[in-house]
Amino acid sequence: MKTNNVILRAVVKLVVYIILTLAVYLFLAGHHSPGGGFIGGLVLAAALVLLFVSFDIETVRSAIPFDFKKVAALGAFTSVMTGFGSLLFGQPFLSQTFAYFDLPFFGKTELTTVTIFEAGVALVVVGVVVTIILSIVEDV
Amino acid sequence: MNNLVVLPMVIPVLAGILFVFFRYQITLQRWISFIVMVGNIGIAAYLLYLNQIEGIQRIDFSGWKPPFGISFVADSFSLILVLITSLVAAICLVYAFSSIGEEREKMYFYSFVNFLVAGVNGSFLTGDLFNLYVCFEIMLLASYVLIALGGEKAQLRESIKYVLINVLSSWFFLVAIAYLYGSVGTLSMAHISERIAEVGQTPLLTVISIVFLTVFALKAGLLLYFWLPGSYSIAPTAVAALFGALLTKVGIYAMFRVFTLFFYHDHSITHTFITVLAALTLIGGSIGAVAYKDIRLIVTYNVVIAVGFILVGLAVATPEALEGSIYYLMHDMIVKALLFLIAGTMIAVTGTTRIDEMSGLIRNYPLLGWMFFIVMLSLAGIPPLSGFIGKVLVGQGAIEAESYILLALAFISSIFVLYSLLRVFLQCFWGETIISSEDEVPMKKGWIIPCAILTIATIVLGLGAEIIFPYVSDAANTLLNPSDYIDAVLTQD
Repeated sequence: MKTNNVILRAVVKLVVYIILTLAVYLFLAGHHSPGGGFIGGLVLAAALVLLFVSFDIETVRSAIPFDFKKVAALGAFTSVMTGFGSLLFGQPFLSQTFAYFDLPFFGKTELTTVTIFEAGVALVVVGVVVTIILSIVEDV
Repeated sequence: MNNLVVLPMVIPVLAGILFVFFRYQITLQRWISFIVMVGNIGIAAYLLYLNQIEGIQRIDFSGWKPPFGISFVADSFSLILVLITSLVAAICLVYAFSSIGEEREKMYFYSFVNFLVAGVNGSFLTGDLFNLYVCFEIMLLASYVLIALGGEKAQLRESIKYVLINVLSSWFFLVAIAYLYGSVGTLSMAHISERIAEVGQTPLLTVISIVFLTVFALKAGLLLYFWLPGSYSIAPTAVAALFGALLTKVGIYAMFRVFTLFFYHDHSITHTFITVLAALTLIGGSIGAVAYKDIRLIVTYNVVIAVGFILVGLAVATPEALEGSIYYLMHDMIVKALLFLIAGTMIAVTGTTRIDEMSGLIRNYPLLGWMFFIVMLSLAGIPPLSGFIGKVLVGQGAIEAESYILLALAFISSIFVLYSLLRVFLQCFWGETIISSEDEVPMKKGWIIPCAILTIATIVLGLGAEIIFPYVSDAANTLLNPSDYIDAVLTQD
């Protein structure tokens, strides 16, 4: 049965960008206020799942040609490696640091190593959520 | 601060993650896994040595000091267990190389073995109660996958039971942690111990300790072992050996930690419970071990008996008994892995699991037969082998504590162990040879070498008791003096 989902697709094309923006905002906000890698990653995964629901899996796969298991592994690898990074400086495992930099356009910006850790967490969440959803879909 | 303490957990995690990228490079995965385990043996041995010189080692993650942050604390007890875990895991991996099959290997088998070992090592090393829960979960999640991997009918049937029972007990674990946190307001193990010592072990805390006992009894198979024989007997040999050697031991470790560090003030209640449970486990395990003709079930019931025996040491809680328990724990990890590997090899060469369908194997596979003989003597506690010292020390402790019933049960259970395995030996290795030399399944080197290494390990552990003893006695000493542990964790450096 072919259902007419023109409206859904038209709305999703627009809404996905809003969701992705929110995901990035939540991810960056996480350093000082509610948010962070886990939540940002979940919202990001929600955007992807919305795409999978409104378009078919093959179309989205060809647009986003990642193996999501590997995305999750890459994220976990990044996070663990930031832990190892602190070993190089003789600090306890998982120690994080931060500094202020004057960047063009952004002005005075706080850059932290914990952002890298959080980026890893976000990738794990995206990878795992999408892998779960896709394997459930394939089962049916 | 010593960053080495975290490595036994983190390196396997990292290796497990890396294998996702190299899914089809099986040889690479095999080598890296093996090197990781051997490396962990080295790290654990070095830390154990450091422990004797500098005292208990610890690492505070991100530099957050306990009781606020999460720490890994490596005392002799933890490190001995990490050392043996790494050894057993390395040898089970070698066995898996030639027995597990390419299909499983391509489905991330080595990733999950690494995660399993990471969870086990993390549970041994962590100094934070909630972190203990997390490490338990890492271990269990990996074990869920390993038990179901392959997707045979029996595997799926048993894995559902296994997952359900473990999810339930994990929930109880979480509830117990919540109760304890609500009562003492901290999660750092050393800090909990200090606070309980300050306020005294109130009846409420004793009740919480019983909840913990239930949880760990489920995980360790102490009386609540109804799930154990089924799920351990259907996994592939290498996995079953890992499970039999490691998983119940984590539950036992947690029980030792909790009942020597937190709830040691009211022996008349908590330790009476443990006594009764250990006694019933010994009886139930002994009956199970002689009741079946399926070799896998005989072997898994032997795991249950060992759990009861080790817990006898905790129940009487004298220095000798604890030393005996720790020694027996080391012995049991090695010997149970060996027993599972030999039983799995016997099934692989005969194609049947029933002992009355096997006969005269010693003519076809003499080395396997003699190794089975050695493992039988070792489990029964015949002197030069490793089981002897543990049994003597636990017995000595039980006599000192005047718990003669427990003593009698512990040693009668040894006779049952001997009887159940002797039955297998007489039935399967002696008698008329039914496999003719043409039909003989050739013994793979990858099967016999891991068994040989473990056999040598049990002999060495028995003969080298004198060398190992200082470490064991230090471990027992730390368990008996919680203040050592507390000082090592809560002093700021």
